Amino acid sequence: MAEASATLDLADRRREADQPHSLLVRFAPHEPLRLDAGIDLSPLQIAYQTYGTLNAERSNAVLVCHALTGDQHVVNTHPLTGKGGWWETMVGPGRPIDTERYFVICANVLGGCMGSSGPASTNPDTGMPWGLDFPVITVRDMVRAQAMLLDYLGIESLFAVAGGSMGGMQVLQWAASYPQRVFAALPIAAATRHSAQNIAFHEVGRQAVMADPEWRQGRYFAAGANPRRGLAVARMGAHITYLSDAALHRKFGRRFQDRDNPTFSFDADFQVESYLRHQGITFVERFDANSYLYLTRAMDYFDLAADYDGVVANAFRGTPTRFCVISFTSDWLFPTVESRAIVHALNAAGARVSFAEITTDKGHDAFLLDEPEFSAIVRGFLEGAARARGLPAARR
Amino acid sequence: MLTRVNHDLSSSEAARGVAGGRVDLIVVADMVERGARVLDVGCGDGELLRLLESRGVDGRGIELSREGVNECVAKGLAVVQGDADTDLEYYPNDAFDFVILSQTLQATRQPRVVLEHMLRIGRYAIVSFPNFGHWKIRLQIFFGGHMPHTDILPYAWYETPNIHFCSIKDFRALCAVSGVKMEQAVALNAWGYRMRLKMPWWFWNLFGEQAVFLLSRKR
Repeated sequence: MAEASATLDLADRRREADQPHSLLVRFAPHEPLRLDAGIDLSPLQIAYQTYGTLNAERSNAVLVCHALTGDQHVVNTHPLTGKGGWWETMVGPGRPIDTERYFVICANVLGGCMGSSGPASTNPDTGMPWGLDFPVITVRDMVRAQAMLLDYLGIESLFAVAGGSMGGMQVLQWAASYPQRVFAALPIAAATRHSAQNIAFHEVGRQAVMADPEWRQGRYFAAGANPRRGLAVARMGAHITYLSDAALHRKFGRRFQDRDNPTFSFDADFQVESYLRHQGITFVERFDANSYLYLTRAMDYFDLAADYDGVVANAFRGTPTRFCVISFTSDWLFPTVESRAIVHALNAAGARVSFAEITTDKGHDAFLLDEPEFSAIVRGFLEGAARARGLPAARR
Repeated sequence: MLTRVNHDLSSSEAARGVAGGRVDLIVVADMVERGARVLDVGCGDGELLRLLESRGVDGRGIELSREGVNECVAKGLAVVQGDADTDLEYYPNDAFDFVILSQTLQATRQPRVVLEHMLRIGRYAIVSFPNFGHWKIRLQIFFGGHMPHTDILPYAWYETPNIHFCSIKDFRALCAVSGVKMEQAVALNAWGYRMRLKMPWWFWNLFGEQAVFLLSRKR
């Protein structure tokens, strides 16, 4: 793995964490964020992107919540990688989340590393990144921070909140915490709590990061170090869980990488090995290792029922929000049974809910990919909700 | 007191092709009060829900087939993928005014359990089904010696989803043993017209091709 650009990467990433290539709101010291951990976080900053135009009634705002390793750059070029946005199949002019009709907002999550307050942000008391001195945050804290952003933007009620995976957890938390502010909710490939298996996978990833000597108890910035190997291994392991056996077999099978025979060594003989190594290397260029620890922890702690006497349905009693729950057949990280549990809870709460399972072999990551059936459902659901909300019809 | 209803059938909606011109859907929709909360179990492509929503009804659906669900959601309907046999238990008591089972009873594994759930979840249940006592079916079995094949029962026996056929007479017997009160009954003949009132039950059972029942709990 390349070492030459290590310091440059670190400097770029520190700059992006403090002064991002994004819209930015800094909350004054007297406006702290009260965290679930019982700490008032201040100063707080939120980096965000918007697409489209907010209408005069302020009724067409759609909040997109990104997943664990996503960010606010939904449909624009990424400032660090130069690549396109992560949800260009779903968001944009004429797309299901149509930026010609809706005002789309996406904020970097609290604890992230792309400009919202997180462990890579500079701690004003020390002038160095927070590292492990940053308080442990939860999905509910992320949602509270987003609500502060919406208050700042003067948006009282969202037309829709949409997101997959950790983004779907935020969607559920939004609907539970602020039912009057969410007209329509799309939790995609999500769950009401992180399963033991998923916590186990996350723990393996965190241990890989912390086992890297470069991690230095989380103080790698000060030492000019970067736990690239540990974070890359964490990413490689996690990436397998985002795919499926069938998709891996279809893409790579047992094919060799640029060779005809095994080398009888531990080189990346197989295409699938080469692919995973590439995923690991490119990930560490844009992501902060400590952020990875904090965000995986926030997902592990997510358990909606715990805040409502152990009954998920209690989180949604009397909710005015309309829901569209979506899962994917080959997703074994957030399998359909988890989405069904959401649906059963919403039914028990008398909520207006739609639920569809999309047939695909692409695993958990299918929500990021071009799946026509998935797009049609999101589009149809939002069209119906837009009619109910009195938003003007799409231009043909 | 059971009323067997006979409005004039040539409802203009059928003529206009509403609900795909399916008269049984219009008969069902006519039984639902405006503004009611309705759960349509086995809602297919959502045509009945669409018709109900156009009449100011708050409708929800359950559908087994993925294609049906996706079509419904894309139409903006609130439909979940689920199975009448296994998913009704997740709905609370008295959650709906009407629970509808349209042309699906014969495809459930446990029709009696499904019916009991419907009347637990809703104040009223509306059940429509193809009448297996219809004379054409009787003729095919009696003289043809094979499982019946008709326009509304087009499947071969080895690939049909319909595993629990019943006649109008059989269904009345189920209502009796389940403690279900029949509020209204409508039979449609082979041309999709509502059959005349005041015909005896045996006549309906012989000449009704489809039946629609409005049911409630016995007090």
